Amino acid sequence: MHNNKFILLALGVIALYVGVPVAIDISGRIDFFYTLTSVALLSIASAGVWLTFYIGRINIGQGAYALAGGYVSAILITQAGMSFWLSLPIAGLFCAVLSVFIGLPILRLRGVYFAMVTLVLTEVMRLVALALPVTQGAKGITSMPLPGELSVFGITLIPDFATLENPKIAFYWMAITIMIIAYAVLWRIVNSRLGHLCRSLQQNEELSASIGVNTAYLRVLAYSISSFFGGIAGASFVSIAQSIYPSSFQVTDSVNFMLNCFLGGLGFVFGPMLGTLILYFGWDLLFTTGQYQLLIYSTLLIMLMLALPNGVLSLFEKKKVSS
Amino acid sequence: MSTLLEVKGVTKRFGGLTAVNNVSFNVNKGDILSVIGPNGAGKSTLFKLISSFLTTSDGEVLLNGKRINNLAPHIVARLGVVRTFQETTIFKSMTVRENIIVSHHLRSKASLLGFFLGSKQARADEAEFGDSADQIIAFLGLEAIANELASNLPQGHLRALGMSIGLATNPMILLLDEPFAGMNHDETMHMVSLVRRLRDERGVTVMLVEHDMPAVMKISDRIVVINFGEKIAEGTPHDIQNNEKVIEAYLGSEDAAIGM
Repeated sequence: MHNNKFILLALGVIALYVGVPVAIDISGRIDFFYTLTSVALLSIASAGVWLTFYIGRINIGQGAYALAGGYVSAILITQAGMSFWLSLPIAGLFCAVLSVFIGLPILRLRGVYFAMVTLVLTEVMRLVALALPVTQGAKGITSMPLPGELSVFGITLIPDFATLENPKIAFYWMAITIMIIAYAVLWRIVNSRLGHLCRSLQQNEELSASIGVNTAYLRVLAYSISSFFGGIAGASFVSIAQSIYPSSFQVTDSVNFMLNCFLGGLGFVFGPMLGTLILYFGWDLLFTTGQYQLLIYSTLLIMLMLALPNGVLSLFEKKKVSS
Repeated sequence: MSTLLEVKGVTKRFGGLTAVNNVSFNVNKGDILSVIGPNGAGKSTLFKLISSFLTTSDGEVLLNGKRINNLAPHIVARLGVVRTFQETTIFKSMTVRENIIVSHHLRSKASLLGFFLGSKQARADEAEFGDSADQIIAFLGLEAIANELASNLPQGHLRALGMSIGLATNPMILLLDEPFAGMNHDETMHMVSLVRRLRDERGVTVMLVEHDMPAVMKISDRIVVINFGEKIAEGTPHDIQNNEKVIEAYLGSEDAAIGM
């Protein structure tokens, strides 16, 4: 049983790294690289939102951290001449630290109150980006270089993307690598004591405090990990778009990150990944319906949530129970 | 007997309302002490003050001579004073065993990072928690429902679970908020013997708030009576049963003004 799972996981990873590029090559749909790269990166931000759900908070503010992370990386690259690969973790850390200061007061709120404040957060971040001189207002930061070479002691680990024949596939590999690391971290959190404590927080904060859990600390910790994911996703996105504007991540994106979690399933670590995939492709597939796209899309979403309140992945769980 | 917990002049005001007024008493080590009083007398507020879920307006609570009021609940729990709840408050979507295991938090020696990375200490802790949880399950006779989701349990089992969550924290003093409420006679007697064994076999000092008088009289070493936020009596069950102020508080006094 345990072995089977491991083999399945290994096969999945190989399929992601080799299978998908080969399939795209054969089908000739090169644009799929960009689509799948986007899905991978968005699912990282969604993974962060999922973690805040796991401590019992509805987070509709992940767009704020994606935007902040994107700007930090963009500014470091264009103005300090820093390598993208170094700016990426810095962007994540910046968001994590920022979220500690934001989280300390707002994480005291629960339910819809917390959700409302986070919703505003994305808009605040957009306005900040518009107002600050360093972010260059509405013009944004454009014509950023592609990620450069990453080498350690003269050994090239990642070649300069600009010298590559096909940077699209390089971006794809980069995105799924970060995604796999992010989900491995998330999976480990959930399946370690840290996750059990998060669940205790989700189910009853008062009782959690009375068994000795420092609930304020744990909430902020989970929120900052969540924001770290948001920052990383934002920074990676910017490196692909080679530009960032105050409107790069908006309230709609924040709402989508949350929807991804709902759709995939709040009880499953891989829920947000699947949710992102379905939402992103669902939207694209409905493109042919023209002006009815949003109508059909939202109707389908509502029906899906009514039919599967615990997410798409709950379908598989039911099977397991009945068999 | 040595004094473990001292409540000294504790007062709590909510705006103009004084919920607890200048209450003082001591809890000896190994005692089972009940706090009783009519509805709204301030018993639960008193428990919240002792466990730092509320801050005191005045006075102090001392554990072994050290002040413990106005700290955070998790710090008071760490010092050994743990509160269980009036409602059947448990972690609903965990199994009984998971509930108990997660409540071992205070005993963990590994850091959260250690647990994340699966360090040696973390694995040792987990194994220890599992063993200890099994012992608690055996102690309270919950073996048959150990893997049942807590949300599926009936009332009686829920209270036993609430108590086992408290036990898992390895407390010096356990504050039980209405442990017998809504139970029939047999269930109550079973619970009474459990609380006794808690003290006798595990050396836990117990404080409880309760309305069920026969159970209180049976179980308590000492009783503190509170009415309108003030302590009106303190003593052994026998003293309390014969105390006029207490009888007055429970049955109401004859009102001379209207000639009754």
